[in-house]
Amino acid sequence: MKIIVCVKQVPDTAATMAVENGNISWGDAPLIINPWDEFAVEAALNLVADQGGEVTALCLGKEEETEAIKHALAMGADAAVLVSDPALKGSDNVAASKVLAAAITKIGEVDLVLFGQQSVDTDTGLLPVQVARLLKWPSLTLVSKFEEVTPAENSLQVVRSMEEGNQIIKSLMPAVVSVTKDYGEPRYPSFMGIRKASKAEYPVWNLADLGIDLPSSSISWPEVNEPVEQEIVTEIIDGDTAEEKAKILVEKLIAEKVL
Amino acid sequence: MTKKILTYIDHFHGKVQSSSWEALGLAAKIAADSGGEAAALILGEGVNDLAEQAFHYGADQVFLADHAILKDFRPEPLAELIAAAAGDYQPDVMIFPTTTRGRTLAGMAAVDLESGVMVDVIDLDWKEDKITATRSIYGGKLLAKLTCSTSPEIITIRTRAFDKPEPDSGRSGSITNLEVSLDPADQATTVMDIQEKASGVSLTDASVIVTGGRGTAINPALTPPDDLDEEGADVWKAEQGFDLIQNLADVLGAAVGASRAAVDAGYIEYDHQVGQTGKVVSPDLYIACGISGAIQHLAGMRSSKVIVAINKDPDAPIFNFARFGLVGDMHEILPPLTAGLKAYLEG
Ligand SMILES: Cc1cc2nc3c(=O)[nH]c(=O)nc-3n(C[C@H](O)[C@H](O)[C@H](O)COP(=O)(O)OP(=O)(O)OC[C@H]3O[C@@H](n4cnc5c(N)ncnc54)[C@H](O)[C@@H]3O)c2cc1C
Ligand SMILES: Nc1ncnc2c1ncn2[C@@H]1O[C@H](COP(=O)(O)O)[C@@H](O)[C@H]1O
Repeated sequence: MKIIVCVKQVPDTAATMAVENGNISWGDAPLIINPWDEFAVEAALNLVADQGGEVTALCLGKEEETEAIKHALAMGADAAVLVSDPALKGSDNVAASKVLAAAITKIGEVDLVLFGQQSVDTDTGLLPVQVARLLKWPSLTLVSKFEEVTPAENSLQVVRSMEEGNQIIKSLMPAVVSVTKDYGEPRYPSFMGIRKASKAEYPVWNLADLGIDLPSSSISWPEVNEPVEQEIVTEIIDGDTAEEKAKILVEKLIAEKVL
Repeated sequence: MTKKILTYIDHFHGKVQSSSWEALGLAAKIAADSGGEAAALILGEGVNDLAEQAFHYGADQVFLADHAILKDFRPEPLAELIAAAAGDYQPDVMIFPTTTRGRTLAGMAAVDLESGVMVDVIDLDWKEDKITATRSIYGGKLLAKLTCSTSPEIITIRTRAFDKPEPDSGRSGSITNLEVSLDPADQATTVMDIQEKASGVSLTDASVIVTGGRGTAINPALTPPDDLDEEGADVWKAEQGFDLIQNLADVLGAAVGASRAAVDAGYIEYDHQVGQTGKVVSPDLYIACGISGAIQHLAGMRSSKVIVAINKDPDAPIFNFARFGLVGDMHEILPPLTAGLKAYLEG
């Protein structure tokens, strides 16, 4: 099987975010692979371990943004592609998905494209379905389990989650799948994996390499702000016993009219 | 400018996600302010009677497709119909609730209609000609204002961020039936089975949430059975802790949440996780029990109206975000708290 897994590089989730002169800053916090994407890499590696084939990590980002790719390679991905073009700065989701779709087409003969559930920086969760729509492939979102994968029949069956429960869905391949945390813990990169990844070479494609023009963007972000911190007055509830504290809290909650 | 607003009514086998009505309420407000019109889009099987509800919640007009091919959620056929309906109606704005399905379909609509989508919006300004949407990014650490330069402007709204209107049973409107010419043989996907969850209170809809963290398992007063290993004993203790949380939730009609530490340790399913890599919630009341208040947890619940923290460590960061703090052992505090609230609510 040929599997592509899309990985993004983001600031550490523990970073303190700030806006300086209109630019978003995360101080000296490290950059990491989008945590959701580790589940997708894990799934891709397991599928290939079962079925044979290869995993290619695909990242769209700045040329110096190598951490997500390195992490995917260190986990065990066979190859990687970075798509980078200064013209893409400020692209919205639809534009980014057009670029990713073009890269997927250029890589070619793909059975599955795996995504994380969403980016922890922009929190949108749109690229998987948008890429699928552009490629005219079925999109299977929020998948926690691959029940059956039959490359010979170009089909797979997965468990997908929704608010009300799970859906067991069978689909033709090629398909796009976004993988959730319920899939299971991603592996830690091995020492050997990290060494291999640090030496790995991979192509960097720009828009000309993909043979596409700069896709237009509809969405712009004229303004980013740090949220106005609400002044929270914390009232510590005192009492000699647990019963007494509970009793006072009940009274406070009644007064606060939130019951 | 007159705005035509098309709202997607998300439902599961005819059971409407209440954020759909919040979306329709918002649409009706924008329509009222701009002298425009609110239309609702209802797609499914056996969904005819949802049209009437949509009128009650503010729709002037309903586009409806009731067809067997739409019985189970599959994004592709729905996206086809949404694109077709938008092509006919030419809305200026499309609103989806940010449910799992709404997010998917809005993303697809943006591609199909060559526009863009502003997702999980928490505030909206439509006084100018263009809509300005506010959404939180970086797990709520920053707020971004967004605009969309193409038509339709597509947005998905966060559950509970906008008011659900009071239904007005006197309202009605016109229904347009959409033609469904999808061929079942052309569909790439087949829904084989559905495993419905036991219907508890859903986290994202809940107005009250009680959450448990690692503290659920820290109770020296309990002696686990001998035959359990350390991990098993931990889970066994946590089960009793979560029983206390469930009892309180039952009394309050609340949903049960959990920290990632509790989920990772196997105390409770991931479905309950609140936080940056779990669910983002904003209930009226959030009671955090045995939770330290890590930044990734706060990302999921900071916008709750009133936060109560129960933690035995007076220096736990969660207290900085709480309206009320109780320093103490959750296992001792929860039973009398539950009893006290029960007495009040039943009395
Ligand atoms: C990429 C990433 C994503 C993450 N996403 C999430 C997320 O979505 N959600 C999330 O919650 N976390 C998330 N985390 C984890 C987060 O950093 C914390 O580790 C986690 O929230 C801690 O959970 P906790 O508060 O239950 O446990 P702890 O931090 O161990 O805190 C337990 C608390 O319980 C108190 N306590 C102990 N016993 C009792 C008792 N008997 N009575 C009262 N209080 C007691 C202790 O004083 C302590 O404050 C993420 C981390 C990373 C790196
Ligand atoms: N710049 C990117 N490069 C590669 N993959 C990405 C990029 N941005 C997002 N993705 C993938 O798309 C998923 C959803 O992202 P988003 O739609 O941005 O929330 C992520 O989990 C990644 O798998």
